[in-house]
Amino acid sequence: MCAPAILFFAIFAYLPMPGLYLAFIRYNYTDGIFKSAFIGLDNFRFLVMTGDLWRLTANTILYNLAFIILGNFLQIFIAILLNELRKKWFKKVSQTIMFLPFFISFVIIGLIAYNILSYDYGMLNSLLKSVGADPVKTYSNPHVWPFIIIITYLWQSTGYGSIVYFAAIMGLDSEVVEAAEIDGANALQRIRYIVLPWLKPTFIILLLFSLGGVLRGNFGLFYNLVGANNTSLYATTDIIETYVFRSLMNNFNFSMGSAVSLYQSVFGFFVVITANWLVKKASPDNSLF
Amino acid sequence: MEAVQKRIRTDGTSLMVRGFGYTFIGLFAICCLVPFLVVLGTSFTNEASIAKNGFNIWPREFTTFAYKIVFENPDLIIGSYFVTIGLTIVGTVVGLFLVAMTGYALQRPDFEQRNSISFFIYFTTLFSGGLVPFYLLIKQYLHLGDNYLAVLLPGLMSPFLIIMMKSFTKSIPHAITESAKIDGAGDFTIFMRLILPMTTPALATIGLFIALGYWNEWYNAMLFLSPDMKYRPLQLFLYNVITSADFIRNSSAASNVPLRDMPLESMKMATAVVATGPVILFYPFVQRYFIQGITVGAVKG
Repeated sequence: MCAPAILFFAIFAYLPMPGLYLAFIRYNYTDGIFKSAFIGLDNFRFLVMTGDLWRLTANTILYNLAFIILGNFLQIFIAILLNELRKKWFKKVSQTIMFLPFFISFVIIGLIAYNILSYDYGMLNSLLKSVGADPVKTYSNPHVWPFIIIITYLWQSTGYGSIVYFAAIMGLDSEVVEAAEIDGANALQRIRYIVLPWLKPTFIILLLFSLGGVLRGNFGLFYNLVGANNTSLYATTDIIETYVFRSLMNNFNFSMGSAVSLYQSVFGFFVVITANWLVKKASPDNSLF
Repeated sequence: MEAVQKRIRTDGTSLMVRGFGYTFIGLFAICCLVPFLVVLGTSFTNEASIAKNGFNIWPREFTTFAYKIVFENPDLIIGSYFVTIGLTIVGTVVGLFLVAMTGYALQRPDFEQRNSISFFIYFTTLFSGGLVPFYLLIKQYLHLGDNYLAVLLPGLMSPFLIIMMKSFTKSIPHAITESAKIDGAGDFTIFMRLILPMTTPALATIGLFIALGYWNEWYNAMLFLSPDMKYRPLQLFLYNVITSADFIRNSSAASNVPLRDMPLESMKMATAVVATGPVILFYPFVQRYFIQGITVGAVKG
């Protein structure tokens, strides 16, 4: 019964792996993979020397850390507040609306961002003009992009994530909460001493999963917000995935793209192992393997 | 619970937390909704008014001109709809069946290789060949360029969904499988007749995840379907409307509206509305199952 799955992953996940050999050659189309010149670590040396590798690593990791920290904080915050609310209809309606951005494609999200940020017609500049301020040229100013990308990420994912945490809170034994209430615990005390500790295992599992992907970028988000070819924004918006995508679709530099992918996989692998090891030490029940 | 709450007098701090909750969540929900309204509003706004006032929620000069041009040549957009609907239905049915089967098999205690196969699947989330070898595989070795299979196949399964299914089916007692076996049922019969009907909530959730993936799919389509292909998935179609001037030029020629009078901005928004509309209409009905599914999944861990 597992045969289709084994076949599926063998073809689409394992078969491409030997292709990482591309990282060690100077690939050219006419010679193909096997006849192109073997150049060892030269591709990696080039990536280090140009500073590309450093920029990609820093951007990818910093964005992901911001996503993980701010994302989890906001999700837990909203889940806890939701749990305190009493009006059923309000909970339902707000959950439905907050979940909506998770439901649409990144193409639409890119369009929405353009809607707000575009220089000529964007809502932001309309607002700025209406209060007499100067309009801003968002799409050529690299410094504002970390904020835009992080806010968009939070906008898109908080509804979904808070439902996960909210669901975990629902699993909390209501008798414990009632007992605390009878003992005179107010909302803040209940949150501090019952709900937060209860959420810890869920948080750790989700944290581990996301740490495992700390070197994986959210390509759809970055590509549709920024575009892969906006050179003036590379300093703050270029992540591993957009670089690899460019090396494939624009510069046809297959070897360089593969070198970055290999680096990503190897480095990412060690991050997961380390994260898992740390969690195993802190609380053995919560580690992934 | 209700009765208990009435008996205990709610203290000031708790009331304040509650009030803050209503305010904060209310504001956040509004922030989630407004961008959609801006897209909708702009799609109905006269282009000259956009140039003067920018994008707005409420159209100052209402017009359906953009929609008229989008539907002037409905052929392309209807074709895209069919491609996306076809991919979504086939992909969801096949993918769901495969994920369910794998998930069930991987938690059967009497299946000896379950751990090594689980690892075989999970390992692909830790290490991968990356985009370039994947691209070469699909294009040069499987020859799936300009083939809808290049979009369909890679989306069928994911380790995440298999693990989710595995933990769902774990709650079904193994005794059921065993007693069916004693009665002479084969593994496949057990799965089809006993397990599948018992996992409906899981199937609904995972099916929705797969369906959503196909409906919103644009990445593999962008990589593997060339612009020569007439009908491409809806999101890629939308992407081209947003980014390419060619599309605008073609529809200007087709609709006999001079290029300078084309409602560029409102057309983008109108196409987005047309591409998203059905999902949003469908959304309130399926959203419930999503929340239910996530809930069950989260509690089970």
